[in-house]
Amino acid sequence: MAGVTLDTVRKIYAGNVEAVKGVSLGIEDGSFCVLVGPSGCGKSTLLRMIAGLETISGGEVKIGDRVVNQVEPADRDIAMVFQNYALYPHMSVYDNMAYGLRNRGTPKDEIEKRVKEAARILAIESFLGRKPRQLSGGQRQRVAMGRAIVRKPQVFLFDEPLSNLDAKLRVQMRVEIKRLQRALGVTSIYVTHDQVEAMTLSDKLVVMSGGQIEQVGTPAEVYRRPETRFVATFIGSPPMNILPGTVEGPGRVSVGGQSIAVTDMRDGLTPGSAIEVGLRPEDVQAGGTGTSSLSMDVDFVEELGATQLFHGKVAGAEFIVQASTGQLPADTRKLTLAVDPGNVHLFDPQTTKRLGRV
Amino acid sequence: MEKRAHISGWTLPLLLILPQMAITVIFFYWPASQAIWQSFLREDAFGLASEFVGFENYAALFEQPEYYRAMITTAIFSSLVAFFSLACALLLASQADKNIRGGHAFKTLLVWPYAVAPAIAGVLWLFMFHPTLGTLSKPIKATGIDWNPMLNANHAMTLLVLSATWKQISYNFLFFLAGLQAIPKSVIEAAAIDGAGPLRRFWTVIFPLLSPTTFFLLVVNIVYVFFDTFGIIDAVTGGGPAGQTTTLVYKVYADGRLGGDLGGSAAQSVILMIIVIALTAIQFRYVERKVQY
Repeated sequence: MAGVTLDTVRKIYAGNVEAVKGVSLGIEDGSFCVLVGPSGCGKSTLLRMIAGLETISGGEVKIGDRVVNQVEPADRDIAMVFQNYALYPHMSVYDNMAYGLRNRGTPKDEIEKRVKEAARILAIESFLGRKPRQLSGGQRQRVAMGRAIVRKPQVFLFDEPLSNLDAKLRVQMRVEIKRLQRALGVTSIYVTHDQVEAMTLSDKLVVMSGGQIEQVGTPAEVYRRPETRFVATFIGSPPMNILPGTVEGPGRVSVGGQSIAVTDMRDGLTPGSAIEVGLRPEDVQAGGTGTSSLSMDVDFVEELGATQLFHGKVAGAEFIVQASTGQLPADTRKLTLAVDPGNVHLFDPQTTKRLGRV
Repeated sequence: MEKRAHISGWTLPLLLILPQMAITVIFFYWPASQAIWQSFLREDAFGLASEFVGFENYAALFEQPEYYRAMITTAIFSSLVAFFSLACALLLASQADKNIRGGHAFKTLLVWPYAVAPAIAGVLWLFMFHPTLGTLSKPIKATGIDWNPMLNANHAMTLLVLSATWKQISYNFLFFLAGLQAIPKSVIEAAAIDGAGPLRRFWTVIFPLLSPTTFFLLVVNIVYVFFDTFGIIDAVTGGGPAGQTTTLVYKVYADGRLGGDLGGSAAQSVILMIIVIALTAIQFRYVERKVQY
């Protein structure tokens, strides 16, 4: 086993397009690291550089203690699961899994032992003789994972492996991937644009945007204390509401003339200066009363079953509130929102960075 | 989400397929039926009278040693051309498929030979390898080979294979390139991560995935060598020396047009027709089924 270390890794494409702008990251041995971000943020490029499928324009990629910049993909001791599975269509499931071992000259009985073992773990023993086209999407996904685990590599790389599956299967496979990774203890790097996958799978969550890392942390840290406005609105569903406000004084901001107390606020902010106030839809108490409150005009309600989403405006900006079903009448037109000072996130309107305690 | 246009009545559909049907009937079915009819007739030397002789023309054909020799010549010629044109085209296509500078220009240039008429291509190659005039004959002769495609049957065949192959590479190249581009890149990448070097990747992943294309091209190439190389043979060797590069198609022409044996020539045409039908049937039957992975 080995960890993966990235040191100011860059990718510059022809025409001087910088897809990855100097990313540094340490991934501990045996941990599950998820790279998440919108499409075009450079997460897949970064993964492909670790795999050796893209050249590295600058910086260093280390697997364990070995710098692998110039090492062929085959010699990096990694295995990758692709978005479209990339199974060999002309080979049986058995041959698909055995291919990598045969290329490395593994003895025949050892190959058979490992393939059978992987097939057992993934519950695909009965499909070993079939061709990929005879399998369902979920089964192909298992074969792709089987092909990765028979090799017993140092690192697993996953490139949006669940995005071709339907919603139900995706949840099921997500759990299986997590369980498998726990059982095998192999360092895993997983790329996705789905924040639910990112939150549920990762030990270490890396949020990327525009070829750079926005924030690294545990899922709880990233959710509780987003470092930038981008992270705040990207992680969490529905996304965090951002309201324009002004600084009133230490621990107080005002939004549309309504004063709000804030726990996590940087010292020394100039009163009267503009500030962005972030509130998660699930963190405000609709209809409640408290020390700070905001009034909201409701436009319409979305039913989600267990919860309802109230869409409307607060201080002229779009705002969403999540409330348990039945808590409020569906024809509510005006709401008073109680705000807990500990749930208010402040961001600099210029740099978009968090203005919390240092 | 399939959308189909609905046309009521039969007039418009019939009108639309009429030109195609007319061409097919006038230029294919009618001459074909004429050939079948003629293969049962024997005409006198002056073309004034003909009598029905049944299968006599066919029987006579299979008694000619020349006919068997033409068969062997055709078999050798077609297998050599099919092999070399497929192999060269695959090599070129796999190189052109890589990300190379000026790749578009290469691809365009590689298609050009296909646009050259067979007879012109033949004359071109004849001039280049002409025993006395040819620019390329001199270096060959300098190596000690007494190069003369006019007299040496092996040399003549070599020249024919060269020119026929050269012309067919373009066609095969286009199909192979399209076939290569249809292989998902991630499959190749997966093989690279699985520890297969470029050569092993080619033989264990790319080549098997290309097999439908290869099989289709094999049939098309055999048909090409059988029929479309007439122009090249006529321009380069005229079936010679001493009839040693006469293929089945060229013999149809030599016996019928030059030899005046219309009945025998028609019988040969009918046999060729059966061969083409058989090849096409194989193609339809197996391209769809067997080569699927």
